[in-house]
Amino acid sequence: MNDLHTELKLSIIEQLNLEEFSVEDIDNNDPLFGDGLGLDSIDALELIVLLEKDYGIKLTDPDQGKEIFSSINQMASFIEAHRTK
Amino acid sequence: MSNKIYINGISSISAQPQEVFLGVDPVEYSTNIIPAISPDYKAFIPARSLRRMSKVVKMGISAARTALLDASVPMPNAIITGTGEGCKQDTELFLEALLRQEEALLSPTAFIQSTHNTVGGQIALYLKCTGYNSTYSQVSASVEAALIDGMMQFLEHPEYKSVLVGGVDEVSKTISSFLYLDKQLKQEEVSNLQLFKEHSEGSITSEGAHFFSLSSERSSSTYATLQAVTVFQASNAEAVEAEMIQFLVDNEMPVAKLDLVILGNNGDSRFDYFYAHLQEEVLNETAQIAYKHLVGDYNTVSGYALWLACSIFRMGKTSSIFKLNKKEVQSPKSILIYNQYLGRDHSFILLKSI
Repeated sequence: MNDLHTELKLSIIEQLNLEEFSVEDIDNNDPLFGDGLGLDSIDALELIVLLEKDYGIKLTDPDQGKEIFSSINQMASFIEAHRTK
Repeated sequence: MSNKIYINGISSISAQPQEVFLGVDPVEYSTNIIPAISPDYKAFIPARSLRRMSKVVKMGISAARTALLDASVPMPNAIITGTGEGCKQDTELFLEALLRQEEALLSPTAFIQSTHNTVGGQIALYLKCTGYNSTYSQVSASVEAALIDGMMQFLEHPEYKSVLVGGVDEVSKTISSFLYLDKQLKQEEVSNLQLFKEHSEGSITSEGAHFFSLSSERSSSTYATLQAVTVFQASNAEAVEAEMIQFLVDNEMPVAKLDLVILGNNGDSRFDYFYAHLQEEVLNETAQIAYKHLVGDYNTVSGYALWLACSIFRMGKTSSIFKLNKKEVQSPKSILIYNQYLGRDHSFILLKSI
């Protein structure tokens, strides 16, 4: 696990108040929505804000979110390819 | 239809354990902004939902559910919430982020949950209740406004069996401390148990949630009948006395037959004379109790007074920690609640035993 993966997990736990989760509880391939972390549409909005605030990535197509936020691995890959900060 | 409104379920979350009412030693605080004692919220709310909720929402849902369980009501016809200042903690989170991030990239959760009607909405979502839902934010008259609406719902909808009514407010780090600025809070930190001995300006504040399951039908769980509620403005104690006498006349309750009065004394030397005037004059022969030295003063604290009245009807007595005079009363038949805010906004709630 590289630093970005850990950083993302810490940010998600803090931003979404996932108090019952620790970094070790979240597998890089776990689905973030549905059966995995159980996130919902309000969390998706929080993640969109997180991408822009922390990495300078502005999502213009909401449908992109479904793929990008499918797992920590997917998020990390997208951030590495598109980050501006 | 019966024009009586019965209180069939009650709940309280406050700065004191409920057992204080039964004589358990009260909790002593040495700060002027006092947190409520949290129940085990996980017993009421799924863990995944809890993570997004501020304390006011958690207290509101927990108290609402407790009152409904107490009344054995699975689904109310309506939900009516009173809150003086709404979701202060989320409002602060949102405003602080607004400043820190120069009005950009703000958390949607804090924004969504910063509105006053969040608690009523979350209770409805939790219960899956699609009935009438309204929130009243009338400062110190918020609970009273919600109760008046609850009573009117039964008049307008004779088919209604149950209306959930309550009040909830929370403290927050910054907004609550604003109360020091206009001396609503005492300038020196005090012990809550010494509140009535301070003789200085201001009071102490806290938070809490109190919900009541009202019904047009009496049940085995009925605590009392809610006879009447009124709110009014007055600037002197004589005017309040006149209002009180008229209120009691209108409700066929001679002062001499009033068994107990629950007063909102809060230790503020600027305004406690409103209570003292009644205590020394027209209510001189009536048993008097107070509660803000235990649970602080806040916009919906009269919900605690209502919970206390219902508990007294049920148990027939109360602990000496509440008593203001030496008049004893066993199994009261009638209780009047009087509260006032800054010598301006006043309210009466009249209850009778069943």
